[in-house]
Amino acid sequence: MELSTKTEDPILIVSVNDDRIDAAVAIEFKDAMRTETLDGPKIVVLDLSAVNFIDSSGLGAIVASMKHMGQDRTLALAGLTPTVDKVFRLTRMDTVFSLFATLDGALDELCNRPT
Amino acid sequence: MSSQPATLCVTFSVISGVFAARKALSKLLDGLAPLNLASDDTDSIKMVLAEVLNNIVEHGYPNPQTPGPIGVQCTLVDNGLDIALTDTGLPMPNDEPPIGNAPNTDVQFVDLPEGGFGWFLIKMFAQDITYKRSGDINTLSFHLPIRLTISA
Repeated sequence: MELSTKTEDPILIVSVNDDRIDAAVAIEFKDAMRTETLDGPKIVVLDLSAVNFIDSSGLGAIVASMKHMGQDRTLALAGLTPTVDKVFRLTRMDTVFSLFATLDGALDELCNRPT
Repeated sequence: MSSQPATLCVTFSVISGVFAARKALSKLLDGLAPLNLASDDTDSIKMVLAEVLNNIVEHGYPNPQTPGPIGVQCTLVDNGLDIALTDTGLPMPNDEPPIGNAPNTDVQFVDLPEGGFGWFLIKMFAQDITYKRSGDINTLSFHLPIRLTISA
């Protein structure tokens, strides 16, 4: 499980460089997210464009990452592939996260949003 | 002539562990390749199988030091697939599958659910779910509806 990060002030972009977030890597993902988002910008966009499968462990790990960041920060999800998008909608987690079709779309919207 | 095989039965087993679901999914989808499934159907097969396998690994064989076999049998039937999974791990609590209610997302931030999605996803797609414990063997079977298109 490899994450890469980039800061586009005032936003931290975390990209998942793996094609799945499943039970095999969920804990690793959660730990890596915790490290990358520690004391960073208030808004974090998780770029999921490389991910084509997520299971309930992966979903739980993303929720845990958001909870660890704290309520005064925002975790938005961008670049959801069709299968990943489906899992978020079926489990109603699309009501918990802001979902964006593309990373650019997320940056445009979030840069202008008061926090 | 139909491009779809009249009979298809995919049978294999994997050993429990963190990569069991990945291996099983890859073997099953390879075996189902002749059906040329639509992506919606592939998605539901992946979602259901991953959750079922993860549950067996996590709850059936909770000790990673003592892994065990998980058998998968998938048969093509009218309107879908009949799938049966067998394992020799711990029995399900109360000898029945969990209810699989939707996790409650209308809660305080700190109470947002980090689990409980698995059986909810399984029950969204799988039908006629039955669980049987005979001797040391658990068998979970279900029907997964898929749209089979027969091309001339």
